[in-house]
Amino acid sequence: MADAKVIPLDEDTRSRRGPARPAGRAAATRRKSAPPGQPGLTPVPTEEHSEETTPRRRGLRRAAVRPDDVWKNAVGVGHSGDTAEPAPEESAHAKPSLPLPVGMLTTATRTAAAAGLGGVMGLGGAANRLFGGGWDRKVAGGLAFLRRRITGDYEVDEFGYDEELTDQVLMSLLRPLFDKYFRVEVKGVENIPSQGGALVVCNHSGTLPWDALMMQVAVHDHHPAGRHLRLLAADLVFVLPLINELARKAGHTLACAEDAQLLLGNGEVVGVMPEGFKGLSKPFSERYKLQRFGRGGFVSTALRTRVPIVPCSIVGAEEIYPMVGNAKTLARLLGLPYFPVTPTFPWLGLLGMVPLPTKWTIQFGEQITTDHYPAEAADDPMLVFNLTDQVRETIQHTLYKLLVQRRSVFF
Amino acid sequence: MGKVVLVTGVARRLCGRFVRRIQRAPDIDRVIGVDTVPPEQHLGRAEFVRADIRHPMIARVLAEHAVDTVVHMDINGTPLGRARGGRAMVKEINVIGTMQLLGACQKAPAVRRLVVKSTTNVYGSAPRDPAVFTETMPPKSLPSGGFAKDAVDVEGYVRGFARRRPDVAVAVLRFANILGPSASSPLAEYFSLPVLPTVFGYDPRLQFVHEDDVVEVLLTAAQEPTRGTLNSGTFNIAGDGVLLLSQAARRLGKPTVPVLLPAVTLLRSMLRTAGITDFSPEQIRLLTHGRVVDTTQMRETLGFIPKFTTAETFHDFAVSRGPGLLPPERLAHAVDRLAAVLPKTASDVREQV
Repeated sequence: MADAKVIPLDEDTRSRRGPARPAGRAAATRRKSAPPGQPGLTPVPTEEHSEETTPRRRGLRRAAVRPDDVWKNAVGVGHSGDTAEPAPEESAHAKPSLPLPVGMLTTATRTAAAAGLGGVMGLGGAANRLFGGGWDRKVAGGLAFLRRRITGDYEVDEFGYDEELTDQVLMSLLRPLFDKYFRVEVKGVENIPSQGGALVVCNHSGTLPWDALMMQVAVHDHHPAGRHLRLLAADLVFVLPLINELARKAGHTLACAEDAQLLLGNGEVVGVMPEGFKGLSKPFSERYKLQRFGRGGFVSTALRTRVPIVPCSIVGAEEIYPMVGNAKTLARLLGLPYFPVTPTFPWLGLLGMVPLPTKWTIQFGEQITTDHYPAEAADDPMLVFNLTDQVRETIQHTLYKLLVQRRSVFF
Repeated sequence: MGKVVLVTGVARRLCGRFVRRIQRAPDIDRVIGVDTVPPEQHLGRAEFVRADIRHPMIARVLAEHAVDTVVHMDINGTPLGRARGGRAMVKEINVIGTMQLLGACQKAPAVRRLVVKSTTNVYGSAPRDPAVFTETMPPKSLPSGGFAKDAVDVEGYVRGFARRRPDVAVAVLRFANILGPSASSPLAEYFSLPVLPTVFGYDPRLQFVHEDDVVEVLLTAAQEPTRGTLNSGTFNIAGDGVLLLSQAARRLGKPTVPVLLPAVTLLRSMLRTAGITDFSPEQIRLLTHGRVVDTTQMRETLGFIPKFTTAETFHDFAVSRGPGLLPPERLAHAVDRLAAVLPKTASDVREQV
């Protein structure tokens, strides 16, 4: 029934999407006042550079008042082990949006040097923005933070989760993307319990896992109890240099039953995308069609730890990189699960990695409780399959509902 | 009548400390230390027997002294001083020594208890492993060589021994990296470098155990279990909490130099040629991917609560090694000075720290 109802809708949105696109882009241009030029793919970081060269200099001139050695210590030799940190330390108290981090993060996936550079350039803009009202307190907070960071006086948990760094820096880097770029609308976040463990199960899409990061920001910023989402990530994440470091510090860990069980047992909110690479790498033509949900391992883990399952549906992430092809041979050569080909990606190089500014909705559904099942339920394959299906159906239906409500891809 | 304890590898410092400590424990009658070289430090009332555990002679020592508790500590990653040969010799003592010792124990009816010092190296370090290892978890990628492989082999022999002699209580203690004011381990050597080379793009999670705790937990395992605890089985031994390598370097006040992973091997051979230090491949893996173990069994079954957390252990180590090039106090002071330049903020910073 759902399919019968849905297919026309899907077609409807598709047909609507066609003509709507140019109009949408025009509007986006008007709103942004910075013309994004061709195919909607504004090289955001570059645009920001030119805009910020002067303010950055001003920022640095101010910084020159300070004893120079500190900055050398903080930025250069002392902590080169932590490439992402020195810059964020400053920008930590500069919550106001900088699209720069977008550029920084995307480049980080490619080259480390670029990431470092982007971070250093973040300093000026950040310093500039913070000299607004109440800046003295912010500077004090920033310096206290800096002091703790450079002396190593902070705590990480056994998964390597650095709560302070995540709150102050990593979330601030993602927030502009969340608020300004994807304009994420969060619904039903109160379905995540205020205390105790919960397993958030979500659809996965968009070629690069931006959806997982946005979900993390959504829970972090919008949950009334300020809960932290601990994501389970693919093993590829922990093989790649820099990425693995950032992922661990942001509280992510390997998607395996042991880690999930330990986290849930500790009463954490754990986020999982059971579709995995199948969801991420599906072609654009199959958008919003959920893939197989693994082997239902997430359900048995939830049953074993007796935590509720919170289904979550994300609309908007599918269109950020319209994947039209998959260069399988190249992927095999590079040892990657897939190699996306989008209208922009390999052709424009790094610029092609700038996601399209789609409008997102993240809807958390009602809890599916598991505590009324007996302890041995986790070993009952039928029950596990049924629950897996139930979760999958819920997410799929919510996706369809959200798609119907959506006005256009970009608004 | 009290017990007779035989300890192997007493020429090492940590082992010597344990020998001195166990003499003071109640109902311990005699302590016999065994090694191939005489220990440098004083062993108290303990008797030193110069014997090689790789020779069947060790069986005579066991029988002659009617030993009932064997503490096997002669499993090491590095050779002792210059007296013994290189890595091949160490491997021989680790593996062949354990085989001989266990063979001798099997033939010695008086033996009632065996404690083996192992290492968390047996879990290896790989990006595809779970973040936290429990005792029952098999590693995804078995260590391919070096000390870790020795430890895996040794544990295999110990399991075989436990099957053949079910009347002997066997405790295998898997220690995380041992640090402390006097510990000399490859990791301690690494942290003593003026500038720490790290693997670019990786910030491993490390766990330490203090040498005082090592001595105490060995004592717990070598004695009769107290009420409500069980001291036979395999246990992970580590201090609470985790330190990242970058964090450790900052607390130590040492600058780090990230090296690309392919260049690490080159750096290793350079450092070795220069005679500064030698990283083993497993140590490089540890410093790339890190390793954290779960210590629930240690607390709940063995009933041992370490006195030092990972951070405290590291602090103790850092204090004993003296300040690095960028002492954290000086950096903190520099930030305070900076705060003082901005008049209003100075008090705020101190308040928030």
